Amino acid sequence: MIDFLKRLFGPSGSSTTAKERLRLVLMTDHLELSPELIEAMKRDLVDVISRHVEVDRDKIEVNFERQDSALAMLANIPILSVGRPNGNPTLVPIETVQSPIVANGSAPRVRKRRKRAAKKTAPTSAAPASAAAQ
Amino acid sequence: MQQTQTVQDEVQSSAPAPRLGRAIVLTSGKGGVGKTTTTANLGTALAHRGARVVLVDADVGLRNLDIVLGLESRVKHHLLDVLEERVSLDEALVPGKHSESLFLLAAAQSREKDDVDTAKMKALISSLRERFDYVLIDCPAGIELGFRNAVAGADEAIVICTPEVAAVRDVDRVVGLLGNRFRPQLVINRLRPNLVKKGKMLSVEDVNAILRLPLLGVIADEPEIIVTTNRGEPLALRKETATGAAYHAIAARVAGEDVPAPMPAAPKATILERVGSLFGGRHA
Ligand SMILES: Nc1ncnc2c1ncn2[C@@H]1O[C@H](COP(=O)(O)OP(=O)(O)OP(=O)(O)O)[C@@H](O)[C@H]1O
Ligand SMILES: [Mg+2]
Repeated sequence: MIDFLKRLFGPSGSSTTAKERLRLVLMTDHLELSPELIEAMKRDLVDVISRHVEVDRDKIEVNFERQDSALAMLANIPILSVGRPNGNPTLVPIETVQSPIVANGSAPRVRKRRKRAAKKTAPTSAAPASAAAQ
Repeated sequence: MQQTQTVQDEVQSSAPAPRLGRAIVLTSGKGGVGKTTTTANLGTALAHRGARVVLVDADVGLRNLDIVLGLESRVKHHLLDVLEERVSLDEALVPGKHSESLFLLAAAQSREKDDVDTAKMKALISSLRERFDYVLIDCPAGIELGFRNAVAGADEAIVICTPEVAAVRDVDRVVGLLGNRFRPQLVINRLRPNLVKKGKMLSVEDVNAILRLPLLGVIADEPEIIVTTNRGEPLALRKETATGAAYHAIAARVAGEDVPAPMPAAPKATILERVGSLFGGRHA
């Protein structure tokens, strides 16, 4: 009964939908990443990861994808070999570094985006993954 | 370089400083959100305060402002006639119907936006600033050449936004294009407080959480505006109406007065709604 009344009087939610769509669409609008910038990001990413594992520089793929409520940067970095001489513990190969960029509808003039702490699809013990994604 | 600058400063300060008016462009990106309506009403309200105001219709090819002001039968010459030096500025300026300090410079109806020479437009706005306290420029929709020409001579911007996803997105883009030079301020138009209350329309806060602009004021979605536009008599002429008063409050704020930003009042809750609020959810 209460449920029924709630449904009857509850928010139609269309303004919530509008807000959400706006947030996402603006995030995509603001993400003006030039091919050069993406290349530079790839290079930086690889440099960091390469300190720990050997990766295949030529086969790296970086994509941006819209997920439910966030924009995600997906990087596919093939690993050639793991373990480096500098005393690091054994490493687990990383396949994908995923770093969702939080939609925050930031002011358009300040072209700065907040990033949520990196989420990784690789096993949790893969320290370099989080290092690379941050 | 430094030297020349100083010399110039001296020359300027020794001459009697002409007080330049403010050139404000009203823009939105998206079409049909109320640029022309806001230009006409804000201009009317500013003139009512005693300021000398000229409204420039920069929407070349789609002349509208003369209609909204009820001046269509008095327009003999237009912006391009002046820019292309066929007539003098004085010949082209159309005095307002209801105010002696309001003037219109109409757009050309049978020409195209691309026919406007940006440099000449800039020069024209400069010379208007010498004669008027406010030069309000009604910008065409879009972000192409017409927009660039309308913006060229302005030094401030008022952006008009309706509480809709597409309008907010376009304003966001326009503000990005304008940059900081124009110190854009926001007018939210066509708000329906009862829909906001029901969660069916973006609220002022929702819109400005994204745009983050100084808010000049909010205008309700007002059926009377259609009537006043039909008659060619801006609603700002009727200061006793809520929306008419809202335009006057916006004008006061533009003039630098410290009055609150006008905000359309939400209608009182009906009994049914009050029962509903017992079950929560309304404000989710
Ligand atoms: N606050 C309002 N309430 C109700 N109707 C409005 C309001 N503001 C504008 N309108 C109506 O909306 C329509 C579009 O308004 P207007 O011509 O001012 O928009 P515009 O932004 O200048 O359009 P364009 O981009 O075509 O130049 C008109 O019919 C006008 O009467
Ligand atoms: Mg218009």
